[in-house]
This record gives sequence, structure tokens and C-alpha cells, in this order.
Amino acid sequence: MARVVLVGNLTQLTGGVAEFDLSATSVRQLFRQLADLHPEIAPHLEEGVAVAIDGQIYQDALLEPIGADSEVFILPQIAGGSLEDVP
Amino acid sequence: MAGNGTNGQQYVGTRTIRPDGADKVTGRARFGADYNLAGQLIGKVLRSPHPHARIVSIDTSKAEALPGVKAVITRDDFADMPSEFIPAGEMMMNYKDVTRNVMAREKALYEGHAVAAVAATSAVIAKKALKLIDVTYDVLPHVIDVVEAMQPGAPILHDDLFTVGVEPKPDRPSNVAKRVEISQGDIDAGFKRADVIVEREFKTAPVHQGYIEPHAVLATVSEDGSAEVWVSTQGHYIVRAHCARLLGMDIGKIRVNAAEIGGGFGGKTVVYLEPLALALSRKAKRPVKMVMSREEVFKASGPTSGAVVKVKMGATKDGKFVAGWAELKYQAGAFQGSPVQPGVMCAYAPYEIEHVKVVGYDVVSNRPKVAAYRAPGAPISEYAVESVVDEIAKKLGIDPIQLRMMNAAHEGTKAAYGPKFGPLGLEETLNSIKKTEHWNTPLRKWQGRGVASGFWFNIGGETCVSLTVNEDGTVSLMAGTPDIGGLRASLAAVAADELGIPYDKVRPIIGDTGSLGFNFLTGGSRSAFSGSMAIVEAAKQIKSELCARAAKLWEMKPDEIEYAGGHVKPKVASEKVTPMSLVDFAKVAGKTGGPIGGVGRINAQGAGPSLGTHLVDLEVDPETGRVTILRYTVAQDAGKALHPAYVEGQFQGGAVQGIGWALNEEYIYGADGKLQNAGFLDYRMPVASDVPKIDAIVVEVANPRHPYGVRGVGETPIVPPLGAIANAMENATGIRFTELPMSPPKVLKALKEKYGAGGAGR
Amino acid sequence: MAKHHVEAIVNGDPVEFLCETEETLLDVLRDTLHLTGSKEGCSSGDCGACSVTLDGRLVCSCLVLGCEVGGRTIETIEGMAKGETLHPLQQRFLEHAALQCGICTPGFLVASKALLERNPNPTETEIRYWLAGNLCRCTGYDKIITAVQDAAGAMRKG
Repeated sequence: MARVVLVGNLTQLTGGVAEFDLSATSVRQLFRQLADLHPEIAPHLEEGVAVAIDGQIYQDALLEPIGADSEVFILPQIAGGSLEDVP
Repeated sequence: MAGNGTNGQQYVGTRTIRPDGADKVTGRARFGADYNLAGQLIGKVLRSPHPHARIVSIDTSKAEALPGVKAVITRDDFADMPSEFIPAGEMMMNYKDVTRNVMAREKALYEGHAVAAVAATSAVIAKKALKLIDVTYDVLPHVIDVVEAMQPGAPILHDDLFTVGVEPKPDRPSNVAKRVEISQGDIDAGFKRADVIVEREFKTAPVHQGYIEPHAVLATVSEDGSAEVWVSTQGHYIVRAHCARLLGMDIGKIRVNAAEIGGGFGGKTVVYLEPLALALSRKAKRPVKMVMSREEVFKASGPTSGAVVKVKMGATKDGKFVAGWAELKYQAGAFQGSPVQPGVMCAYAPYEIEHVKVVGYDVVSNRPKVAAYRAPGAPISEYAVESVVDEIAKKLGIDPIQLRMMNAAHEGTKAAYGPKFGPLGLEETLNSIKKTEHWNTPLRKWQGRGVASGFWFNIGGETCVSLTVNEDGTVSLMAGTPDIGGLRASLAAVAADELGIPYDKVRPIIGDTGSLGFNFLTGGSRSAFSGSMAIVEAAKQIKSELCARAAKLWEMKPDEIEYAGGHVKPKVASEKVTPMSLVDFAKVAGKTGGPIGGVGRINAQGAGPSLGTHLVDLEVDPETGRVTILRYTVAQDAGKALHPAYVEGQFQGGAVQGIGWALNEEYIYGADGKLQNAGFLDYRMPVASDVPKIDAIVVEVANPRHPYGVRGVGETPIVPPLGAIANAMENATGIRFTELPMSPPKVLKALKEKYGAGGAGR
Repeated sequence: MAKHHVEAIVNGDPVEFLCETEETLLDVLRDTLHLTGSKEGCSSGDCGACSVTLDGRLVCSCLVLGCEVGGRTIETIEGMAKGETLHPLQQRFLEHAALQCGICTPGFLVASKALLERNPNPTETEIRYWLAGNLCRCTGYDKIITAVQDAAGAMRKG
């Protein structure tokens, strides 16, 4: 099971839950599983977040694989040129 | 490591002459305002004189009747957009705000906000026409200051803006667009473990990116709806995306050419004039050229946030940081979207701290909407934290470099914003600063030395680069990210090394939006990082294609052939075949399958954070309050410097921008809500005589995710100067300055309060 | 009002142009004579990006009116290289990476040339004060100063 941690305001969309153990093998699966658990978070996942898998930050990570014991952080998106971020 | 592969590094890491250099020292290079088209009109913008006013009516009839006026546009020429965050390129934009920022709709929200625009046959006529436009304003109370804007009863800018990120959801609109938070550990428990706690409040003034070239655009729209644009921008694909959305045009019908860009620093990542020029040209059916004046640049573009920051940090008596708390209130300008989120994430990023909580507020007020400025948000929060770190060092009697070293984030540290870091170079930068002769030189009275570190994430992103082998074996390199500071030199060196050919046989150009696939903009310290990765990919395609063709020519298997040292050759030397260079192959390209080339299309991931440490000596004149920077040293981790001179240039330029931010630069508003210093005389940026030589130490802790080890260097250099200078000021004067800029009047006042006139009591 | 008819020498060539009273020399150079190497950064004489020499004297061309230059000699960045050979300052700016975006570069080069014509062996401080009228936001000035020092040395050796 991968350990998944939500950073920042995303926890407001999960009723305050910040950590999950999920069996996803890709970011896409992980997003789907999170969205099933907390539908409110769904629109924010596919756009506007960055994902750190075992310390490596991905700005666009939909197809990135996740290992069985990976540590995944879901972060606000970081862009040098951009200030807009959701939520 | 593909990049260090077959051909070695002959050019990467050396100080090559930039391929665009001759054009730039002879005046031949064409920047935004240097483009002209036959029959072009000149466009000018009418701007609100009020910081906050309802626009009751706009009558353009007299302007339209003026001979020579070919088009007038107002809010009526732009479709309204719903409030939703949608992706544009890689950026999330709320087009409801974007369309209102480029052209005011219901209200003018800051002095200088565009209200109408005119295209006429000459600048003189266009200016006359602006005066003939009758705008009826219903002037409203305004609010400029971030703290005042947060108060109940403050004038509200947007009736539909409700604070996001607070529970319960507010039922009344507010100027606080958003509350953001990061936390880990248990902040209260952390402070209980602390032997020493320092708490301070800091204020920073909004500062402008200060690029020397004002915004400039030339646009032409044909009768069939296709358009071409020449513009000074950090991202021509982004300009295309925004304009298409704002004007309801197909992206494929707009071709945007990136002019040479005269500085951006984040300020040229958004659109201002571009949609106006297109709208005017669409109406007039003539090319329209628009160039901002410097006053317009100050009043209607950029700047970055001013802020109020509270920091509370705790450490054990042996110097271990145990708790870090902060609250950041960032001005967003007239529309939401300050860089408070990265400010929150970066505040404690340089350090390993178990218990962290940082809260941020994104606050609108009647100022121009902020734009990105070099490491957006980070210099402000890290300045506050670095000031407090220095105070902790003093309280504990620990050397400030040593204290930072004891707490420095390193490989495996859990970042304050969550994930674990890979290899990081902070300790190496601290070590190299400590070893300098500068650190060990004595100082005199009224002189002070300060040190501070800084962090920025860096990014990758979508990037497309092509390499085309020409008929004579020279190579055309096309990139889609504007070259602001020597990008072409870095990319040409990588291409030359990857293909094993001379540097001067590679001709790099910046392609237009029709010539390459989507490229995210030049920003986030990404263009050399991502561009070089894409070149490695493109070169790989060329090499494998040549090996495949050689296999057919030589009747061998492709895996018996390699590309090495600029030649295609059998892996085992054979008398039957002669190795072929790129030049040889170019001659037979047609006979062996057609043109040879490669296109790297990537979404670059794996950007590595860049950390830096700055060291500064300064002297305070107790008679005038003027601060002179005596000596300055930057050490920063570049991962790998593709072109050391341009990497040093980033360090030096960032340091001097930071010196301006720390000592002089600020937006000054009157009680009337109008900007009082919208010019370079009164908005005082550092000049050559204000600063000393800036020593640059390039540290290279390779980024394992990049073929050459590159991290990205452009943004981090502006992070440490504010803290380093504030810390040096404390050492020079015994006073902890908590407000930027530390300009002469403020310094003089503080000295007088503490030591009497002329600092006599010190 | 009718335009002014002006004759002047620009980069050694005789030129003739018509201009409005309010048009600056910079407007004339850029818009009428199509010499766009001189840049407009502020139009108030603060940034130096429009530096040219007028009868040998360094001026901001945004502060000179077009109609003032009749019979006078103007040198711009476009006249700095001689044939295929870059001026030593131009060459040293390239070698020392003394430019990043390059928008201020023409102004710095014209101003530096004017300095070295008056003072072939300036100190670092003299260079910094002479160039204090030229703003650069990219480089922090460090490599510009080095390039001017190096060019001065090379020019003294001839």
C-alpha cells in the first residue's frame, strides 16, 4: 500500500483527513481512488496539483507509476511563471 | 547519463560566445518595439485615473469621429468569462479576472487600469483620441494597504469574492481571497521543546520586476480571422493561449513570434497589451503596434506583493530548530492570485524542522494585479525567517553559518512542505562561503556583515525542441522558450556535444508558435533545464536514424553501428567501410531517406531545488542613513553549469535586484490611492555605482534526474539578499530592521531614536 | 503645423528627415531613420538605453528633440563596429558575457566608448560612476565593468 499525504488546503476537501493508504499503482489510479472516497476533491486533482512520489516532484504525473511502498505527497502546483493555483 | 555519453563535454561547461551575441552588441537584434509593418496603426490605452470607481458609461463617439482614428475598443469588445479556473498552457487561470484586468468592465480597480484603447494612424492622433473619450466614473472608496484591506468594513473590491479555505464558509464577500496552510508535526509541542523562541513581525513593500524594455506588441488580423503577433514575452505559446481564449479565436489561427525580450523576471508571463492590439487590429483590419510607457509599466503591470509576515521560531539551546510558525499576508493587487502559496511552502524549506505550521492569506486591494517576480513569494517569507534565524544565532552565541549548517536540509530531509528531498547543495554553499577570504576579513565601525540562505523549487514542464541537419551538415536548433539570458548559448553547447560537432556549426533560433509543439514559458528556472533534456532526446533520434541508414548503406545490422565522436561508424572498425561524419551524411541525406532531424517533445520532470547562501558587507552612514554595499559573495548550487558565465550572471543579477528590494525600491502611494513614483528617477533601482563586484561561486551538486545534472538557477539568487542585508544592518547598527526597504529616511530615523543625531551615542 | 526639415550626419552618413516639433531624436532615429538599435526604456533620461553621442558628447536621445540636431553629428550603436570588425568593447562584452537580455547593451556600449575616448585608463570607480546613467536589470553590472576594464586595456595596447 502506498502512503498518500495531502498537503495544505486539499484536506479541506476530505473532511480534514490528510493521510491515506491506497493500493494504486499509478497516479491516475490514485486520483480515482481518492475521488471515490472524497468526491469533492476530484475536480482539483487532475488540474492544479503537483505530486511528489518518493521525494520527486512531478508537475504533470497522471501516468507516473507508484510503487507498493511509495510515499506520495499531493501538493499545490508550483510554477515559476504562474501564481494561480487551486483550491 | 545520456548527456555525458558518447561524445564527451567539449562545450558544455565552457564560456562560449553566445550565438545571438553579435546582433545584440550591434543594435541589430530586434526587441518587441523594433518590429513594424507597412500600414501599421499605433494603439494607445486610456487608463483609469481613480484607484476604485464604478464605470457608469463610456462614450467613444467623439474619438471615433476624429480623422485618423481607425478603431476604438472598450469592455463591450470583450466577452465576459465565467469565474472558473481553467488550464491555459500549464497555468490555471481565472479568465473572469484576466478579461477584467486587460480591460475594466464593471469597475476600475486601480489607478492605471485599462478602460478603453484606440488605434490611429499616428501616436499623436491616438493620444488626442484618448482625450475625446468620455468616461463617467462613480468614484468609490479605495484600499491600498494589505492589513487595512483585511479589516471588516474595508472597501470591498469584488462582491463575489468569498474567502476560500476557511470554515465555516463565509456568507459575506471579503478582500481575503484565500487562506492557505501547510503544517507538519505538532507546532505547540515543538515550541514546548524550545529553549529559545524568537517572534517578530516584518513588512515588505511591493517591488517591480524593473525590466528595462517596456511591454510591446505588434499584431495583425486578416479578414479570414488568422492573426500574427510579434511580442516581447517570456512565453509566446502562453500569449497565444490567453489571446485565443479572451478573443474567442482558434489557437491554430494565431501565430505568435517571440521578439528578443528585454528582461522579464516573471513580469512578462501574462498578457496586457496583446489582446488589445489583436482586438484593435481585428476591428481596424490594419496592423496595430502598442508599446507601454514606463509610467504605464509601473502603474499597470507587475509588480510583486508587498506583505506583512509574522514569524515565530524555536530552537534548543544547542542550536537545533524545533518549531517554525509563520503567518503571511500577501497583496495580490486588484485580482486574487498573490504568490502566497509558494511563500508558505518556501518559508522553512532550507531547514530540517520537525514541527512547522505556516498560514498564508491572499488579499486583494486597489493596486495593479501582481505578476510573478523571480522565485515568486519566496524572497518575502524567507527574508523574515532568515532574519529570525540570525537572531536565534545571536541569542545562542552560535556562528550564523554554523547554525544554518546544523539545521540545513539535505538529502533525505523531509521538506517543510512534505516530501523528502533528493540531493541538495545547501551545506556545500555554506561551506564555500565560510572558506572565502571575504568571510574572514575584519570590519570597521558602522560596517556590518550578514549571511542568509535561500531556497527555490525549480520546475520542468512541456518543452519541444527540434534539431535539423542542413544540407552541409550544419545544424539548426529551434527552441520555443524565449532566450532572456543566454539560453541559446547553453542549448547550442548541449547540441554540439550531443552530436559531436563544432559549437559554431549549431545555429539556435527561437521558433514561432507554428513551428514547434507547445512550449511552456521561460520561467521557473526551467528553460535551460528542460531545453537541454529535449535536445538530448532530439539528438538521440538523429543518431539512431543515422545508424539505421548506415546499416543499410554498409549492409550491416544497426546494432553493429554507433555514433561517436561526431561520426557514424562500425563498433568494430572495418576496412570495408569509412566512418561518416554528419557532413558526409548530410550530402547523401536525400539518397538515403530524406531530411535528417530530431524533435524532442517532453514534459520535463525531475527539476532539482537550487539552494544558495549570500554574504554581504555594508556600511551605514550615520549622518544620512545611506547604506553602501561594500562587498558581496554568492554561492549557489547549479547542479551543473551548462554555461558558467551565464550562471554567474544569474547569481549576480539576482543579488543586485535583491539589493534594490532590500534598500530602496518600493511602490509609494498617496492618500488618494495613486502611485507617486511611477518612473525610474523616483523608483530607485541599483545603478553601477551603487554596487561592488559580486563574487559568484558556482557549486555543483548534480541533479540525478537530469542528463547533465542541471538544476535551474534563475530564481534562487533573489531569495537570500533581503535577509543577508537585514542581518548585516543589524551587525552594523545594533538595530533589527523589520521593514523593507531599509531606505535612508527609515535608517536615519531608527539611528536617531537609538543613538541620537548622527549616531553620536554609538 | 508643418514639419521641420533637418539635415544631420548620422554614423558618418548625411541624412535628411522631416519631424514634428515634439518628436525626440530617439523617435527620429527609431521611427524615421529605422535605426532601432537605440532603445526606449523610460523616455525620461533615467535608463540610458537610448544613449548616443551628439557632436561627440554622450546624451540620452530621448531628451533631445529631433529638430535640434540640424547640422550636427550623431553616432549610434549602429556605427560602432567598423566593417566586419567589432569594436573592442563589443568584442569584450561578448567574451565576458556582459549582457543577458541585451536591451541595455547598446546604451552601455555607446556610453562606455564615450568614457574611454575621454579617459583611456579609468578606475573601476570611475567606470561605475560614468555608467551610473545606464540601467541594467539583468547582470548586476559585474561583468559589464569587467568587460569595459578589459577593453580599455586592449585599446591602450592598440
